[in-house]
Amino acid sequence: MNTTVATTDTEGKTWEGGNQPLKASYGKMMMWFFILSDALTFSGFLAAYGFSRFKFIDAWPIADEVFTHIPFFHGNYPMIYVAFMTFVLIMSSVTMVLAVDAGHHLNKKKVTWYMFLTIIGGIIFVGSQAWEWNTFIKGDFGAVQTKGGNILQFVDTDGNRVAVRDFVAITPTEREVHERSKGLWFVDEDALPPYQINDVVTGFEANSNILVRTQTLNEEGHKTVLSRTESLKALKENGKTVVEGANLHVNEYGSPLFADFFFFITGFHGFHVFSGIVLNIIIFFNVVLGTYERRKSYEMVEKVGLYWHFVDLVWVFVFTFFYLV
Amino acid sequence: MADAHKLEIFRGLVKFKSNTQKIWGVLILLSIITAVEVLLGIYKPSWGTNMVLGMKLLNWIFIILTIVKAYYITWDFMHMRDEVPGLRRAVVWTGIFLICYIIFILLQEGGYVFNVYDKGFIKRDF
Repeated sequence: MNTTVATTDTEGKTWEGGNQPLKASYGKMMMWFFILSDALTFSGFLAAYGFSRFKFIDAWPIADEVFTHIPFFHGNYPMIYVAFMTFVLIMSSVTMVLAVDAGHHLNKKKVTWYMFLTIIGGIIFVGSQAWEWNTFIKGDFGAVQTKGGNILQFVDTDGNRVAVRDFVAITPTEREVHERSKGLWFVDEDALPPYQINDVVTGFEANSNILVRTQTLNEEGHKTVLSRTESLKALKENGKTVVEGANLHVNEYGSPLFADFFFFITGFHGFHVFSGIVLNIIIFFNVVLGTYERRKSYEMVEKVGLYWHFVDLVWVFVFTFFYLV
Repeated sequence: MADAHKLEIFRGLVKFKSNTQKIWGVLILLSIITAVEVLLGIYKPSWGTNMVLGMKLLNWIFIILTIVKAYYITWDFMHMRDEVPGLRRAVVWTGIFLICYIIFILLQEGGYVFNVYDKGFIKRDF
């Protein structure tokens, strides 16, 4: 360790920094305090999520209905994929701590191997998260947003979800996409949605077995399903636009705040995982090149290990508060 | 410094022979906890919706299990168990105090805003 820490002539002195009450090297201690401050940042975000959720406690989206997909499979599998992601991250935490342990025994071959596995685990996790974002952005069933910004979803009389695209009656419209070459030269807009609110109303009237489901939760924690007449009334009086998928402005699953916090918190965490992978790769090459072998200390592996475990630690909380509670 | 690992978990109930063995043991524990969480999350048993101290019983279970997981990640994977009490307290107590504080403030405020909406002072259901 002495080779990594500059020792001055203050060693053994009570004052002038010669005393080391925490018995940890400078780098490790500062990594701990960085982790502490980062933990406070994350808990600030999660507490803000809790604030918004408590604000709309009777209308918050149910996570089990939002994250239901697995790559390459059709059907409804809530939680499975995110459980897999959690397991991948815990597993890569284990290989990291095994790398640290091998470092204590100055076993270069084992450290190299375990660091490599850790990096692979991290890449799988980030890839899974990208897929999860993609699915969330694309959306599932579609919904109608009301003038007040609330979401109306559609179910059949048995309570199963119905996709807007399955019953909508597409009628020709005269509305064209506004491009810079056609109107005001400094204004343009995104592509128009494939169908308008009127198409949804017409399609809804033609299918008598479809009902509207509001975002309000009832006593049992299920979303409220309106009767047929109430559904028509809500759709005609309040319906404003068709929403498919989620972004920072609209969210077909319910409150847009849910999507905002999902993107922000999992994005911030994903960025941490990404930077953790980069740090791990740098340290991996140092291990391969024998830097720590010559230094006779693998403490750098231990420091990035602390960071990597922290990323895992944060995910445990994100998992609970976004997917479980 | 390297060999000073404490190899007991559950207050000495389970002792491991080596650090590597302890790592695998903790992995098994964390996997079991995660599996329990996922199963409860998928099946949502009906007893879980009973309210205990203002929150659903199931949510209490999730949060407590999460804190248990966080404890083992910090104590065994990050080797907090092997650090001196001074460093441990400086990091853990600071974090826990400030996190509890911000959670209390923001959730309290969120509940208040909900009441303002709920009593109809502001209309948003249209």
